Amino acid sequence: MVGENNAGKGMPMNLPVSDMLRTSGKWFAGDGPWSDGILSTRVRLARNLKGMRFPGRALAEELSNVLHRVESASLGVTALEGRQLLQIEGLSVLERQFLLERHLISYDLASSGDQCGLVFAADENVGVMINEEDHIRIQALRPGFQLDECYQAASDVDDQLGSSLEYAFSDDFGYLTACPTNVGTGLRASVLVHLPALVLTRKIKKVLTGVNQVGLAVRGFYGEGTDVLGNFFQISNQITLGEKESQALLNLERVVRQLLDYEEKARDVLMKDAREQIEDKVMRALGVFTHAHLLTSEEVIGLSSAIRLGITLSMEGLPRTGIINEILLYAQPGHMQMMAGTEMSSEERNIRRSEFIRGRLKDDLAA
Amino acid sequence: MKCQNCHVAEATVHVKEVKNDKVTELHLCEKCAREKGFHSMMEIGKLSIASQMVWMAENLYPEGSHRVGQVQCTECGLKYSEFLKTGRLGCPSCYGAFGAQLKQVMRRIHGSVRHVGKAPGKNGAQFERRRQIQKLHEDLELAIEREEYEKAAVIRDEIRKVESTAADAAASDQSATATATSAEVADDSEHRAGPRRQS
Repeated sequence: MVGENNAGKGMPMNLPVSDMLRTSGKWFAGDGPWSDGILSTRVRLARNLKGMRFPGRALAEELSNVLHRVESASLGVTALEGRQLLQIEGLSVLERQFLLERHLISYDLASSGDQCGLVFAADENVGVMINEEDHIRIQALRPGFQLDECYQAASDVDDQLGSSLEYAFSDDFGYLTACPTNVGTGLRASVLVHLPALVLTRKIKKVLTGVNQVGLAVRGFYGEGTDVLGNFFQISNQITLGEKESQALLNLERVVRQLLDYEEKARDVLMKDAREQIEDKVMRALGVFTHAHLLTSEEVIGLSSAIRLGITLSMEGLPRTGIINEILLYAQPGHMQMMAGTEMSSEERNIRRSEFIRGRLKDDLAA
Repeated sequence: MKCQNCHVAEATVHVKEVKNDKVTELHLCEKCAREKGFHSMMEIGKLSIASQMVWMAENLYPEGSHRVGQVQCTECGLKYSEFLKTGRLGCPSCYGAFGAQLKQVMRRIHGSVRHVGKAPGKNGAQFERRRQIQKLHEDLELAIEREEYEKAAVIRDEIRKVESTAADAAASDQSATATATSAEVADDSEHRAGPRRQS
Protein backbone atom coordinates (compact mmCIF):
# COMPACT_ATOMS: atom_id res chain seq x y z
CA MET A 1 0.00 0.00 0.00
CA VAL A 2 2.58 2.44 1.14
CA GLY A 3 5.60 1.06 -0.68
CA GLU A 4 4.67 2.92 -3.85
CA ASN A 5 4.16 6.24 -2.22
CA ASN A 6 6.86 7.00 0.26
CA ALA A 7 8.30 10.18 -1.09
CA GLY A 8 6.44 12.45 1.33
CA LYS A 9 8.63 15.15 2.89
CA GLY A 10 11.80 13.36 1.84
CA MET A 11 11.19 10.66 4.40
CA PRO A 12 13.15 7.50 3.59
CA MET A 13 11.01 4.52 4.48
CA ASN A 14 12.46 1.35 5.84
CA LEU A 15 11.17 -1.41 3.60
CA PRO A 16 10.47 -4.00 6.31
CA VAL A 17 8.51 -1.41 8.30
CA SER A 18 6.39 -0.16 5.42
CA ASP A 19 5.81 -3.78 4.36
CA MET A 20 4.17 -4.35 7.71
CA LEU A 21 1.20 -2.28 6.60
CA ARG A 22 0.11 -5.19 4.43
CA THR A 23 -0.24 -7.36 7.50
CA SER A 24 -1.95 -6.17 10.62
CA GLY A 25 0.00 -7.76 13.43
CA LYS A 26 -1.65 -11.16 13.74
CA TRP A 27 -1.72 -10.94 17.49
CA PHE A 28 -3.85 -7.81 17.32
CA ALA A 29 -6.29 -8.31 14.49
CA GLY A 30 -7.05 -11.96 15.20
CA ASP A 31 -9.82 -12.85 17.57
CA GLY A 32 -8.30 -15.44 19.93
CA PRO A 33 -9.85 -17.11 22.98
CA TRP A 34 -11.88 -14.85 25.30
CA SER A 35 -11.55 -12.04 22.78
CA ASP A 36 -14.81 -10.50 24.00
CA GLY A 37 -13.15 -9.19 27.13
CA ILE A 38 -9.48 -9.54 26.32
CA LEU A 39 -7.69 -7.76 23.52
CA SER A 40 -4.27 -9.35 23.81
CA THR A 41 -1.78 -11.20 25.97
CA ARG A 42 1.90 -10.36 26.17
CA VAL A 43 4.84 -12.03 27.89
CA ARG A 44 8.32 -10.59 28.10
CA LEU A 45 11.54 -12.04 29.48
CA ALA A 46 14.45 -9.79 30.45
CA ARG A 47 17.97 -11.19 29.98
CA ASN A 48 21.50 -9.79 30.09
CA LEU A 49 24.84 -11.08 28.89
CA LYS A 50 27.36 -12.30 31.42
CA GLY A 51 30.21 -9.92 32.23
CA MET A 52 28.76 -6.99 30.27
CA ARG A 53 27.61 -3.69 31.70
CA PHE A 54 23.87 -3.08 31.44
CA PRO A 55 22.89 -0.81 28.50
CA GLY A 56 22.36 2.28 30.69
CA ARG A 57 25.99 2.21 31.80
CA ALA A 58 27.73 0.59 28.83
CA LEU A 59 29.96 2.40 26.35
CA ALA A 60 29.05 2.60 22.66
CA GLU A 61 31.49 -0.17 21.68
CA GLU A 62 30.12 -2.48 24.36
CA LEU A 63 26.58 -1.85 23.15
CA SER A 64 27.66 -2.52 19.60
CA ASN A 65 29.28 -5.79 20.72
CA VAL A 66 26.03 -6.85 22.46
CA LEU A 67 23.93 -5.84 19.45
CA HIS A 68 26.02 -7.92 17.08
CA ARG A 69 26.21 -10.92 19.38
CA VAL A 70 22.45 -10.98 19.94
CA GLU A 71 21.70 -10.38 16.27
CA SER A 72 23.93 -13.23 15.20
CA ALA A 73 22.54 -15.53 17.94
CA SER A 74 19.03 -14.70 16.72
CA LEU A 75 19.86 -16.19 13.32
CA GLY A 76 19.77 -19.63 14.93
CA VAL A 77 16.37 -19.11 16.55
CA THR A 78 13.79 -21.12 14.61
CA ALA A 79 10.88 -19.40 16.40
CA LEU A 80 11.87 -16.12 14.72
CA GLU A 81 10.77 -17.36 11.32
CA GLY A 82 11.04 -14.88 8.48
CA ARG A 83 12.91 -12.60 10.90
CA GLN A 84 13.35 -8.90 10.34
CA LEU A 85 16.37 -7.19 11.82
CA LEU A 86 16.11 -3.48 12.44
CA GLN A 87 18.58 -1.03 13.94
CA ILE A 88 16.57 1.63 15.73
CA GLU A 89 19.11 4.30 14.84
CA GLY A 90 18.23 4.00 11.16
CA LEU A 91 14.51 4.45 11.70
CA SER A 92 12.61 7.71 11.33
CA VAL A 93 10.51 9.11 14.18
CA LEU A 94 7.41 7.96 12.33
CA GLU A 95 8.67 4.42 11.88
CA ARG A 96 9.49 4.22 15.56
CA GLN A 97 5.99 5.46 16.39
CA PHE A 98 4.57 2.79 14.08
CA LEU A 99 6.53 -0.02 15.77
CA LEU A 100 5.47 1.32 19.16
CA GLU A 101 1.82 1.20 18.09
CA ARG A 102 2.38 -2.38 16.99
CA HIS A 103 3.66 -3.05 20.56
CA LEU A 104 6.90 -4.35 19.03
CA ILE A 105 9.06 -1.76 20.78
CA SER A 106 8.70 0.15 24.04
CA TYR A 107 8.75 3.91 24.60
CA ASP A 108 12.28 3.52 25.93
CA LEU A 109 13.53 1.80 22.80
CA ALA A 110 11.62 4.18 20.50
CA SER A 111 13.38 7.15 22.07
CA SER A 112 16.79 5.52 22.41
CA GLY A 113 19.88 6.33 20.48
CA ASP A 114 22.72 4.24 19.09
CA GLN A 115 23.23 0.51 19.03
CA CYS A 116 19.68 -0.58 19.79
CA GLY A 117 17.94 -3.17 17.71
CA LEU A 118 14.81 -5.16 17.13
CA VAL A 119 14.46 -8.67 15.73
CA PHE A 120 10.99 -10.01 15.13
CA ALA A 121 9.25 -12.88 13.40
CA ALA A 122 7.30 -12.17 10.20
CA ASP A 123 3.99 -12.84 11.94
CA GLU A 124 4.95 -10.35 14.72
CA ASN A 125 4.10 -12.95 17.37
CA VAL A 126 7.58 -12.88 18.89
CA GLY A 127 10.32 -10.31 18.96
CA VAL A 128 13.55 -9.42 20.71
CA MET A 129 14.44 -5.86 21.72
CA ILE A 130 18.19 -5.39 21.99
CA ASN A 131 19.86 -2.89 24.35
CA GLU A 132 16.68 -1.52 25.82
CA GLU A 133 16.91 -1.30 29.63
CA ASP A 134 18.38 -4.81 29.52
CA HIS A 135 20.52 -6.33 26.77
CA ILE A 136 17.72 -8.64 25.72
CA ARG A 137 13.98 -8.29 26.07
CA ILE A 138 12.18 -11.20 24.47
CA GLN A 139 8.48 -10.67 23.96
CA ALA A 140 5.64 -12.79 22.70
CA LEU A 141 2.19 -11.47 21.79
CA ARG A 142 -1.07 -13.27 21.13
CA PRO A 143 -4.66 -12.18 20.50
CA GLY A 144 -7.16 -12.85 23.32
CA PHE A 145 -6.23 -14.73 26.47
CA GLN A 146 -3.23 -17.01 25.83
CA LEU A 147 -0.83 -16.77 28.75
CA ASP A 148 0.67 -20.25 28.50
CA GLU A 149 1.11 -20.07 24.72
CA CYS A 150 2.78 -16.68 25.04
CA TYR A 151 5.13 -17.83 27.77
CA GLN A 152 6.06 -20.95 25.83
CA ALA A 153 6.83 -18.90 22.72
CA ALA A 154 9.03 -16.46 24.65
CA SER A 155 10.69 -19.27 26.58
CA ASP A 156 11.53 -21.13 23.36
CA VAL A 157 13.27 -18.04 21.99
CA ASP A 158 15.02 -17.68 25.35
CA ASP A 159 16.29 -21.30 25.25
CA GLN A 160 17.51 -20.96 21.70
CA LEU A 161 19.26 -17.64 22.29
CA GLY A 162 20.68 -19.04 25.53
CA SER A 163 22.26 -21.95 23.70
CA SER A 164 24.74 -19.59 22.05
CA LEU A 165 24.83 -16.67 24.52
CA GLU A 166 25.87 -16.83 28.15
CA TYR A 167 23.40 -15.02 30.36
CA ALA A 168 24.10 -13.12 33.58
CA PHE A 169 22.57 -15.46 36.14
CA SER A 170 23.06 -16.14 39.82
CA ASP A 171 21.77 -19.08 41.85
CA ASP A 172 20.40 -16.73 44.49
CA PHE A 173 18.85 -13.98 42.39
CA GLY A 174 18.20 -15.72 39.08
CA TYR A 175 18.48 -13.71 35.86
CA LEU A 176 20.23 -10.45 36.72
CA THR A 177 18.54 -7.35 35.33
CA ALA A 178 19.31 -3.64 35.28
CA CYS A 179 16.38 -2.93 37.57
CA PRO A 180 15.81 -5.08 40.67
CA THR A 181 12.07 -5.01 39.96
CA ASN A 182 12.71 -7.55 37.16
CA VAL A 183 15.39 -9.72 38.75
CA GLY A 184 14.71 -13.44 39.14
CA THR A 185 12.55 -14.75 36.35
CA GLY A 186 12.71 -11.49 34.36
CA LEU A 187 9.11 -12.29 33.49
CA ARG A 188 6.43 -9.71 32.91
CA ALA A 189 3.17 -11.23 31.74
CA SER A 190 0.35 -8.85 30.92
CA VAL A 191 -3.18 -9.07 29.70
CA LEU A 192 -5.04 -6.18 28.07
CA VAL A 193 -8.60 -6.45 29.40
CA HIS A 194 -11.64 -4.44 28.43
CA LEU A 195 -13.84 -3.61 31.41
CA PRO A 196 -16.46 -1.06 30.29
CA ALA A 197 -19.32 -2.31 32.48
CA LEU A 198 -17.21 -2.08 35.64
CA VAL A 199 -16.32 1.50 34.68
CA LEU A 200 -19.96 2.42 33.93
CA THR A 201 -21.19 0.91 37.20
CA ARG A 202 -18.38 2.75 39.04
CA LYS A 203 -17.02 -0.45 40.54
CA ILE A 204 -13.71 -0.30 38.72
CA LYS A 205 -11.69 1.54 41.35
CA LYS A 206 -12.58 -0.91 44.07
CA VAL A 207 -11.90 -3.90 41.83
CA LEU A 208 -8.52 -2.55 40.70
CA THR A 209 -7.47 -1.75 44.25
CA GLY A 210 -8.08 -5.43 44.97
CA VAL A 211 -5.92 -6.37 41.96
CA ASN A 212 -3.11 -4.21 43.33
CA GLN A 213 -3.35 -5.78 46.73
CA VAL A 214 -2.64 -9.24 45.36
CA GLY A 215 0.63 -7.97 43.91
CA LEU A 216 -0.43 -7.29 40.33
CA ALA A 217 -0.02 -3.98 38.51
CA VAL A 218 -2.63 -2.08 36.52
CA ARG A 219 -1.42 0.08 33.65
CA GLY A 220 -2.75 1.91 30.62
CA PHE A 221 -3.16 1.00 26.97
CA TYR A 222 0.53 1.10 26.02
CA GLY A 223 1.93 -0.31 29.27
CA GLU A 224 4.07 1.32 31.93
CA GLY A 225 3.45 5.00 32.51
CA THR A 226 0.59 5.30 30.01
CA ASP A 227 -3.00 6.41 30.45
CA VAL A 228 -6.05 4.24 30.66
CA LEU A 229 -7.89 4.73 27.39
CA GLY A 230 -11.21 3.29 26.30
CA ASN A 231 -11.68 1.18 29.44
CA PHE A 232 -8.71 -1.00 28.47
CA PHE A 233 -6.59 -2.01 31.43
CA GLN A 234 -3.29 -3.81 31.29
CA ILE A 235 -2.97 -6.22 34.20
CA SER A 236 0.48 -7.67 34.87
CA ASN A 237 2.54 -9.51 37.45
CA GLN A 238 5.05 -7.55 39.50
CA ILE A 239 6.79 -10.27 41.48
CA THR A 240 9.71 -11.87 39.67
CA LEU A 241 11.74 -13.21 42.59
CA GLY A 242 10.71 -16.14 44.79
CA GLU A 243 7.87 -17.19 42.53
CA LYS A 244 8.12 -19.66 39.65
CA GLU A 245 7.05 -18.55 36.19
CA SER A 246 4.18 -21.05 36.22
CA GLN A 247 2.93 -19.67 39.54
CA ALA A 248 3.09 -16.06 38.32
CA LEU A 249 1.12 -17.00 35.21
CA LEU A 250 -1.43 -18.92 37.25
CA ASN A 251 -1.96 -16.02 39.68
CA LEU A 252 -2.45 -13.61 36.81
CA GLU A 253 -4.82 -15.98 35.06
CA ARG A 254 -6.93 -16.42 38.19
CA VAL A 255 -7.22 -12.68 38.75
CA VAL A 256 -8.06 -11.97 35.10
CA ARG A 257 -10.75 -14.65 35.12
CA GLN A 258 -12.19 -13.09 38.24
CA LEU A 259 -12.14 -9.65 36.62
CA LEU A 260 -14.05 -11.05 33.63
CA ASP A 261 -16.53 -12.58 36.03
CA TYR A 262 -17.06 -9.23 37.79
CA GLU A 263 -17.38 -7.56 34.40
CA GLU A 264 -20.08 -10.03 33.37
CA LYS A 265 -22.02 -9.37 36.57
CA ALA A 266 -21.71 -5.62 36.00
CA ARG A 267 -23.02 -6.09 32.44
CA ASP A 268 -26.04 -7.96 33.81
CA VAL A 269 -26.72 -5.07 36.18
CA LEU A 270 -26.41 -2.57 33.33
CA MET A 271 -28.79 -4.49 31.10
CA LYS A 272 -31.29 -4.87 33.91
CA ASP A 273 -31.22 -1.25 35.09
CA ALA A 274 -30.20 0.77 32.06
CA ARG A 275 -30.72 -1.24 28.88
CA GLU A 276 -32.00 1.74 26.84
CA GLN A 277 -29.13 4.00 27.87
CA ILE A 278 -26.52 1.34 27.08
CA GLU A 279 -28.02 0.49 23.69
CA ASP A 280 -28.20 4.19 22.92
CA LYS A 281 -24.54 4.67 23.87
CA VAL A 282 -23.45 1.78 21.64
CA MET A 283 -25.50 2.85 18.60
CA ARG A 284 -24.42 6.49 19.00
CA ALA A 285 -20.81 5.31 18.89
CA LEU A 286 -21.53 3.39 15.69
CA GLY A 287 -23.31 6.48 14.32
CA VAL A 288 -20.24 8.62 14.94
CA PHE A 289 -17.98 6.02 13.35
CA THR A 290 -20.11 5.75 10.22
CA HIS A 291 -20.85 9.48 9.82
CA ALA A 292 -18.20 11.66 11.44
CA HIS A 293 -15.69 13.53 9.27
CA LEU A 294 -13.10 14.33 11.94
CA LEU A 295 -11.99 11.77 14.49
CA THR A 296 -9.09 11.91 16.95
CA SER A 297 -7.27 8.70 17.90
CA GLU A 298 -8.38 8.97 21.52
CA GLU A 299 -11.98 9.36 20.41
CA VAL A 300 -11.61 6.22 18.32
CA ILE A 301 -10.44 4.23 21.34
CA GLY A 302 -13.44 5.45 23.35
CA LEU A 303 -15.94 4.71 20.58
CA SER A 304 -14.37 1.30 19.94
CA SER A 305 -14.87 0.52 23.60
CA ALA A 306 -18.59 1.30 23.36
CA ILE A 307 -19.01 -0.84 20.24
CA ARG A 308 -17.08 -3.72 21.81
CA LEU A 309 -19.48 -3.50 24.76
CA GLY A 310 -22.41 -3.77 22.33
CA ILE A 311 -20.82 -6.82 20.67
CA THR A 312 -20.39 -8.48 24.07
CA LEU A 313 -24.05 -7.78 24.80
CA SER A 314 -24.93 -9.53 21.50
CA MET A 315 -26.55 -6.40 20.08
CA GLU A 316 -27.38 -6.60 16.39
CA GLY A 317 -26.15 -4.51 13.47
CA LEU A 318 -22.60 -4.13 14.80
CA PRO A 319 -19.29 -4.89 13.09
CA ARG A 320 -17.20 -7.93 14.07
CA THR A 321 -14.72 -7.70 16.96
CA GLY A 322 -11.86 -8.29 14.49
CA ILE A 323 -12.84 -5.18 12.53
CA ILE A 324 -12.94 -3.09 15.69
CA ASN A 325 -9.46 -4.37 16.62
CA GLU A 326 -8.23 -3.49 13.17
CA ILE A 327 -9.67 0.02 13.45
CA LEU A 328 -8.02 0.42 16.85
CA LEU A 329 -4.68 -0.52 15.32
CA TYR A 330 -4.82 1.45 12.07
CA ALA A 331 -6.43 4.58 13.50
CA GLN A 332 -3.31 5.33 15.54
CA PRO A 333 -1.28 8.35 14.38
CA GLY A 334 1.77 6.37 13.22
CA HIS A 335 -0.34 3.95 11.20
CA MET A 336 -2.41 6.72 9.60
CA GLN A 337 0.75 8.47 8.42
CA MET A 338 2.47 5.30 7.26
CA MET A 339 -0.62 4.44 5.22
CA ALA A 340 -0.58 7.89 3.67
CA GLY A 341 3.17 7.58 3.09
CA THR A 342 3.74 11.05 4.47
CA GLU A 343 3.77 13.01 7.68
CA MET A 344 0.46 14.73 8.39
CA SER A 345 -0.83 17.39 10.76
CA SER A 346 -3.26 16.22 13.40
CA GLU A 347 -6.13 17.90 11.48
CA GLU A 348 -5.17 15.99 8.33
CA ARG A 349 -4.94 12.79 10.31
CA ASN A 350 -8.38 13.32 11.81
CA ILE A 351 -9.87 13.62 8.32
CA ARG A 352 -8.01 10.56 6.97
CA ARG A 353 -8.90 8.58 10.06
CA SER A 354 -12.62 9.19 9.70
CA GLU A 355 -12.44 8.31 5.97
CA PHE A 356 -10.60 5.09 6.76
CA ILE A 357 -13.11 4.04 9.43
CA ARG A 358 -16.13 4.89 7.28
CA GLY A 359 -14.69 2.83 4.43
CA ARG A 360 -13.79 -0.12 6.63
CA LEU A 361 -17.20 -0.23 8.32
CA LYS A 362 -19.12 0.23 5.06
CA ASP A 363 -17.52 -2.95 3.70
CA ASP A 364 -18.05 -4.92 6.88
CA LEU A 365 -21.60 -3.83 7.62
CA ALA A 366 -22.62 -4.41 3.99
CA ALA A 367 -21.21 -7.95 4.21
CA MET B 1 -16.19 -4.12 55.56
CA LYS B 2 -16.27 -0.53 56.86
CA CYS B 3 -13.11 1.47 57.55
CA GLN B 4 -12.00 1.02 61.18
CA ASN B 5 -11.08 4.67 61.41
CA CYS B 6 -13.95 6.68 59.90
CA HIS B 7 -16.52 3.88 60.00
CA VAL B 8 -18.11 5.37 56.88
CA ALA B 9 -16.22 4.40 53.73
CA GLU B 10 -15.52 0.87 52.56
CA ALA B 11 -12.17 -0.53 53.79
CA THR B 12 -9.96 -1.18 50.75
CA VAL B 13 -6.49 -1.02 52.34
CA HIS B 14 -5.62 -3.91 54.62
CA VAL B 15 -2.48 -3.48 56.68
CA LYS B 16 -0.66 -5.82 59.03
CA GLU B 17 1.37 -3.85 61.55
CA VAL B 18 4.02 -5.45 63.77
CA LYS B 19 4.72 -3.56 67.00
CA ASN B 20 6.63 -5.11 69.92
CA ASP B 21 6.20 -8.56 68.34
CA LYS B 22 2.42 -8.07 68.28
CA VAL B 23 0.63 -8.21 64.95
CA THR B 24 -2.34 -5.90 64.52
CA GLU B 25 -4.53 -5.89 61.45
CA LEU B 26 -5.97 -2.63 60.21
CA HIS B 27 -8.72 -2.28 57.66
CA LEU B 28 -8.93 1.26 56.33
CA CYS B 29 -10.42 3.26 53.51
CA GLU B 30 -7.95 4.86 51.12
CA LYS B 31 -8.34 8.34 52.59
CA CYS B 32 -7.73 7.26 56.19
CA ALA B 33 -4.85 4.98 55.12
CA ARG B 34 -3.16 7.94 53.46
CA GLU B 35 -3.75 10.15 56.51
CA LYS B 36 -2.19 7.50 58.72
CA GLY B 37 0.82 7.37 56.42
CA PHE B 38 0.25 3.91 54.95
CA HIS B 39 1.25 3.93 51.34
CA SER B 40 -0.58 1.13 49.63
CA MET B 41 1.30 -0.91 46.99
CA MET B 42 -0.98 0.86 44.52
CA GLU B 43 0.40 4.26 45.40
CA ILE B 44 3.99 3.09 45.51
CA GLY B 45 3.40 1.32 42.22
CA LYS B 46 2.31 4.59 40.63
CA LEU B 47 5.67 6.20 41.40
CA SER B 48 8.50 5.88 38.92
CA ILE B 49 11.07 3.19 39.68
CA ALA B 50 13.57 5.85 40.73
CA SER B 51 11.15 7.42 43.22
CA GLN B 52 10.30 3.96 44.54
CA MET B 53 13.98 3.42 45.27
CA VAL B 54 14.29 6.76 47.01
CA TRP B 55 11.12 6.03 48.97
CA MET B 56 12.55 2.69 50.03
CA ALA B 57 15.97 4.12 50.87
CA GLU B 58 14.42 6.77 53.09
CA ASN B 59 12.27 4.21 54.81
CA LEU B 60 14.87 1.47 55.06
CA TYR B 61 17.84 3.61 56.03
CA PRO B 62 16.51 6.67 57.85
CA GLU B 63 19.98 7.20 59.31
CA GLY B 64 23.22 6.22 57.69
CA SER B 65 21.88 6.51 54.15
CA HIS B 66 24.85 8.71 53.28
CA ARG B 67 27.36 6.03 54.31
CA VAL B 68 25.49 3.32 52.41
CA GLY B 69 25.39 5.56 49.35
CA GLN B 70 29.20 5.56 49.11
CA VAL B 71 29.43 1.79 48.53
CA GLN B 72 30.78 1.26 45.02
CA CYS B 73 30.75 -1.62 42.55
CA THR B 74 34.36 -2.55 41.73
CA GLU B 75 33.40 -3.85 38.30
CA CYS B 76 31.52 -0.88 36.80
CA GLY B 77 32.20 1.85 39.37
CA LEU B 78 28.54 2.58 40.11
CA LYS B 79 27.90 4.06 43.56
CA TYR B 80 24.90 2.92 45.54
CA SER B 81 23.78 6.57 45.76
CA GLU B 82 23.66 6.68 41.93
CA PHE B 83 21.52 3.55 41.91
CA LEU B 84 19.13 5.26 44.31
CA LYS B 85 18.78 8.18 41.92
CA THR B 86 18.06 6.14 38.80
CA GLY B 87 16.79 2.81 40.12
CA ARG B 88 19.10 1.09 37.63
CA LEU B 89 22.18 -1.02 38.39
CA GLY B 90 25.33 -0.78 36.29
CA CYS B 91 26.29 -4.40 35.69
CA PRO B 92 25.62 -7.96 36.91
CA SER B 93 28.37 -7.58 39.55
CA CYS B 94 26.40 -4.76 41.25
CA TYR B 95 24.21 -7.51 42.72
CA GLY B 96 27.26 -8.75 44.64
CA ALA B 97 28.61 -5.29 45.50
CA PHE B 98 25.33 -3.98 46.94
CA GLY B 99 24.17 -7.40 48.16
CA ALA B 100 23.11 -6.45 51.68
CA GLN B 101 21.22 -3.30 50.67
CA LEU B 102 19.72 -4.84 47.56
CA LYS B 103 18.38 -7.80 49.51
CA GLN B 104 16.27 -5.40 51.54
CA VAL B 105 15.07 -3.66 48.40
CA MET B 106 14.26 -6.99 46.75
CA ARG B 107 12.49 -8.30 49.81
CA ARG B 108 10.40 -5.15 49.77
CA ILE B 109 9.54 -5.45 46.08
CA HIS B 110 9.16 -9.22 45.73
CA GLY B 111 8.71 -10.46 49.28
CA SER B 112 11.63 -12.83 48.67
CA VAL B 113 15.36 -12.84 48.02
CA ARG B 114 15.73 -16.23 46.37
CA HIS B 115 15.11 -17.20 42.77
CA VAL B 116 12.99 -20.30 42.26
CA GLY B 117 12.23 -20.15 38.54
CA LYS B 118 13.91 -21.15 35.32
CA ALA B 119 17.69 -21.36 34.87
CA PRO B 120 19.64 -21.03 31.63
CA GLY B 121 19.96 -24.07 29.35
CA LYS B 122 22.98 -26.19 30.24
CA ASN B 123 23.08 -25.01 33.85
CA GLY B 124 19.37 -25.61 34.35
CA ALA B 125 19.62 -29.19 35.62
CA GLN B 126 22.62 -28.45 37.88
CA PHE B 127 20.86 -25.39 39.26
CA GLU B 128 17.76 -27.46 39.98
CA ARG B 129 19.85 -30.03 41.91
CA ARG B 130 21.69 -27.36 43.90
CA ARG B 131 18.36 -25.78 44.76
CA GLN B 132 16.93 -29.15 45.80
CA ILE B 133 19.92 -29.86 48.07
CA GLN B 134 19.72 -26.37 49.62
CA LYS B 135 16.01 -26.84 50.32
CA LEU B 136 16.63 -30.26 51.89
CA HIS B 137 19.31 -28.78 54.16
CA GLU B 138 16.83 -26.16 55.32
CA ASP B 139 14.22 -28.84 55.96
CA LEU B 140 16.81 -30.83 57.90
CA GLU B 141 17.66 -27.90 60.14
CA LEU B 142 14.00 -27.26 60.78
CA ALA B 143 13.34 -30.92 61.62
CA ILE B 144 16.27 -30.95 64.08
CA GLU B 145 15.08 -27.71 65.64
CA ARG B 146 11.65 -29.27 66.14
CA GLU B 147 13.29 -32.44 67.49
CA GLU B 148 11.66 -34.53 64.75
CA TYR B 149 14.63 -36.87 64.52
CA GLU B 150 13.01 -39.62 62.46
CA LYS B 151 12.01 -37.11 59.83
CA ALA B 152 15.53 -35.62 59.99
CA ALA B 153 17.05 -39.05 59.28
CA VAL B 154 14.84 -39.46 56.21
CA ILE B 155 15.84 -36.02 54.93
CA ARG B 156 19.56 -36.78 55.58
CA ASP B 157 19.29 -39.94 53.46
CA GLU B 158 17.53 -37.97 50.77
CA ILE B 159 20.34 -35.40 50.78
CA ARG B 160 22.96 -38.16 50.34
CA LYS B 161 20.98 -39.62 47.47
CA VAL B 162 20.60 -36.29 45.65
CA GLU B 163 24.24 -35.36 46.27
CA SER B 164 25.49 -38.62 44.82
CA THR B 165 23.25 -38.18 41.76
CA ALA B 166 24.65 -34.66 41.41
CA ALA B 167 28.22 -35.97 41.63
CA ASP B 168 27.49 -38.67 39.00
CA ALA B 169 25.94 -36.07 36.71
CA ALA B 170 28.93 -33.76 37.13
CA ALA B 171 31.30 -36.65 36.35
CA SER B 172 29.32 -37.62 33.25
CA ASP B 173 29.22 -33.95 32.18
CA GLN B 174 33.00 -33.86 32.47
CA SER B 175 33.49 -37.05 30.50
CA ALA B 176 31.01 -35.73 27.90
CA THR B 177 33.12 -32.60 27.59
CA ALA B 178 36.25 -34.75 27.28
CA THR B 179 34.60 -36.86 24.58
CA ALA B 180 33.43 -33.74 22.78
CA THR B 181 36.95 -32.32 22.88
CA SER B 182 38.48 -35.47 21.43
CA ALA B 183 35.71 -35.60 18.82
CA GLU B 184 36.46 -31.98 17.90
CA VAL B 185 40.15 -32.85 17.57
CA ALA B 186 39.29 -35.81 15.35
CA ASP B 187 36.94 -33.63 13.36
CA ASP B 188 39.62 -31.02 13.02
CA SER B 189 42.20 -33.52 11.81
CA GLU B 190 39.71 -34.84 9.25
CA HIS B 191 39.16 -31.27 8.20
CA ARG B 192 42.84 -30.74 7.65
CA ALA B 193 42.93 -34.00 5.75
CA GLY B 194 40.21 -32.63 3.48
CA PRO B 195 41.96 -32.85 0.11
CA ARG B 196 42.98 -36.43 0.80
CA ARG B 197 39.39 -37.40 1.53
CA GLN B 198 38.28 -35.79 -1.67
CA SER B 199 40.61 -37.94 -3.69
